[in-house]
Amino acid sequence: MPVESVFPQLEALLPHVQKPIQYVGGELNSTVKDWDECDVRWALMYPDAYEVGLPNQGVMILYEVLNEREGVLAERTYSVWPDLEALMREHGVPQFTVDSHRPVRAFDVFGLSFSTELGYTNMLTALDLAGIPLESRDRTDEDPIVLAGGHAAFNPEPIADFIDAAVIGDGEQAVLDMTRIIREWKAEGRPGGRQEVLFRLARTGGVYVPGFYDVEYLPDGRIARVVPNRSGVPWRVSKHTVMDLDEWPYPKQPLVPLAETVHERMSVEIFRGCTRGCRFCQAGMITRPVRERSITGIGEMVDKGLKATGFEEVGLLSLSSADHSEIGDIAKGLADRYEEDKIGLSLPSTRVDAFNVDLANELTRNGRRSGLTFAPEGGSERMRKVINKMVSEDDLIRTVATAYGNGWRQVKLYFMCGLPTETDEDVLQIADMATHVIAKGREVSGSNDIRCTVSIGGFVPKPHTPFQWAPQLSAEETDARLEKLRDKIRGDKKYGRSIGFRYHDGKPGIVEGLLSRGDRRVGAIIRAVYDDGGRFDGWREHFSYDRWMSCADKALAPFGVDVDWYTTRERSYEEVLPWDHLDSGLDKDWLWEDWQDALDETEVEDCRWTPCFDCGVCPAMDTNIQIGPTGKKLLPLTVKQPAGTGHTH
Amino acid sequence: MQRIRLRYTKRGRLRFTSHRDFQRAFERALRRAEVPMAYSAGFTPHPKVSYANAAPTGTGSEAEYLEIALTAPRDPERLRVLLDESLPTGLDVVEAVEARTPGLADRLTASVWELRLAGVDPAEAERAVAAFNGAGGVEVQRLTKNGMRTFDARPAVASLESADAHGSAADGPTDQPCAILRLVVRHVTPAVRPDDVLSGLRAVADLAPPVPVAVTRLAQGLFDAETGTVTDPLAPDREAAATEPHPADATAAATAPA
Repeated sequence: MPVESVFPQLEALLPHVQKPIQYVGGELNSTVKDWDECDVRWALMYPDAYEVGLPNQGVMILYEVLNEREGVLAERTYSVWPDLEALMREHGVPQFTVDSHRPVRAFDVFGLSFSTELGYTNMLTALDLAGIPLESRDRTDEDPIVLAGGHAAFNPEPIADFIDAAVIGDGEQAVLDMTRIIREWKAEGRPGGRQEVLFRLARTGGVYVPGFYDVEYLPDGRIARVVPNRSGVPWRVSKHTVMDLDEWPYPKQPLVPLAETVHERMSVEIFRGCTRGCRFCQAGMITRPVRERSITGIGEMVDKGLKATGFEEVGLLSLSSADHSEIGDIAKGLADRYEEDKIGLSLPSTRVDAFNVDLANELTRNGRRSGLTFAPEGGSERMRKVINKMVSEDDLIRTVATAYGNGWRQVKLYFMCGLPTETDEDVLQIADMATHVIAKGREVSGSNDIRCTVSIGGFVPKPHTPFQWAPQLSAEETDARLEKLRDKIRGDKKYGRSIGFRYHDGKPGIVEGLLSRGDRRVGAIIRAVYDDGGRFDGWREHFSYDRWMSCADKALAPFGVDVDWYTTRERSYEEVLPWDHLDSGLDKDWLWEDWQDALDETEVEDCRWTPCFDCGVCPAMDTNIQIGPTGKKLLPLTVKQPAGTGHTH
Repeated sequence: MQRIRLRYTKRGRLRFTSHRDFQRAFERALRRAEVPMAYSAGFTPHPKVSYANAAPTGTGSEAEYLEIALTAPRDPERLRVLLDESLPTGLDVVEAVEARTPGLADRLTASVWELRLAGVDPAEAERAVAAFNGAGGVEVQRLTKNGMRTFDARPAVASLESADAHGSAADGPTDQPCAILRLVVRHVTPAVRPDDVLSGLRAVADLAPPVPVAVTRLAQGLFDAETGTVTDPLAPDREAAATEPHPADATAAATAPA
């Protein structure tokens, strides 16, 4: 059946919307495959605006991995802004892919990558615009399989009613495995319809199909158990782990948009996973173990990627990039190689204790010396022991002294507020730390013209972390604590004017907390918020706390629980957590011990350089740490043939 | 330092590219094509590119111009091909000449536009055009950064006529009528855009196209009052190259295939 492009209908709407270029596709390195020559077709969505979604590495990787396969096609779709949404509804234009402007409903799989829970309402908008029933149980064989992935999918229960399936962990191999199963099922003539294909996916143990599980509740509102409702479906679903990053050098041909987006650089993931063990950090817990890409693999990706894109900046991505076993050689090698080309390097996350000035100098050699950002996360030594962020104030002062002494004028410090056991005093110590930083900076630079910006956000407890049992601090208490800190910084006559203070109010964090540790009952809130017009919850100008709270009051009333029950309530060891049947590899007893260690202010080392702490991931997932050093170096590239030469001069 | 002047297009769906979007895409294309660009001095050096009179977002163009400065000489045609390959289809680099004369911007004094009014009966468009041309002044309004401003769109319009449907790019037969207008506008301040002329047609004759009008810049150049149209702004550079070959290019011209 031919599937027509909806572009002619869309085109007539584009002159009436903001930034129409985001809807037309045609990005450099985008792929358009013949519809009829493919038998498995994926629509991939990052459920946020194009400017945020396009640079997303996860979507870009899967887009390329799928499109490289013969007979498989992947196209991308993003959230449309409300101006276009209104016009699409008025003129009957469905949710479309930007590659070929095909209607999303025509695909076999509609896969959404959730970096954050705040994209859930955008999923409902897209489903509705696509003409796909919002709830899984209302879908027919004419609808695609609606699949969730990304970090938020590690607890997909709040969206269990809206998705048909979820995959947790690394997607590269998982999408190919799913493609094979779907292809076979289609080739057989789709026996048993969508229930059968979902069953075939579920029985692998690597795809979670919420419809095949029932949740039973206790009279007090807690979960009694989550139980499969048909035979052949495993009790627990496992995460996927790609072991050798060098075998997956994606994206090879990063997309280069015409529209302006939030990150415009050639990004290379230099390692995946983190074992630093920061207890608040969901990413660090669920992506274990650490798997490094080799220095030579990185060099090759950067070389090919820059040629394919023309980007002027290279981002070395990971959860803590300076921890790569050969980061010094990588940074120096790349800076040497691209000195002539004015290619800048960036390390989006750098730990205080892994920073050194040689590395910093390599990073800024070909580009601008902008600010340095560090994340001590906790203001007091005690707090940092609780969260296992093993950075002392001495480390920090030593590091910033080096930075200010070497010409940096601006340091940004990132903290969290509302961490478990935190008191006002812990947060107020952030001001002391900032004044010590400024005092040291003035001393070593001999100048008063230096700045330190304190940026602080509310802590949200996340599933699959030692803090999954912790009470979240209420929005009111968070705001009160931050106001005290602001007053203390502003009241400092000597240093206050050199310290910038940026903070977010506590309200969005409560909604994020509700969605991240929610269960299936929270789905009714998401639906009500969407029905009431809720969209783009990650955007301050669109987010409405009051709407979320009033919808929650109504939706939760029949269950005898409320928003506080999901957010500020501490959980006990016995409680069945909504995500317990999703296996991140972490041993629940280890997580509990680590939670107890947190309360005792006991730190745990990094297993990369100390013995194993039995978090459980390696044996459960049959994986292990993959780190260097390889001892190899980045060689200079051969001399390039410049443009337009070849004729004699 | 060699300077190269380029003509490029915004075709099809890429007409929705804004000028800022194009600038970023072009500077990346320069990198991909490994063009030896001259950079501006200063804290954040930028490749030296001069853009002229970019067409508004959403309008197509066959005639956008820019000039780049190189640190090492290059064959303009080879450079054109490389840049064209490095840009997405639709943003096509269609002409390249070495700058041999001053003031490209001074030679861009008027534009020729094609306006396709789908769903509008050509006879109705004809009547509106006659009313516009007959008016002494046509006041229109446009929302600018500084709020709504009112100005006369008539004086800048050198000619507005309904085009012979056979003479323009054919879209194939459609069952709905489509009026096609050809517009020559002189570049004045404040600028009068095709949109303003469409507002003028609505003001004088109530012409209200049911769907957005497809607007394309066909040409840009020096306004020739005698013929009522524009001349090719790259022609003087091409003539200069033909009559007085650049010393550095003497050998190249002799050996390189055309």
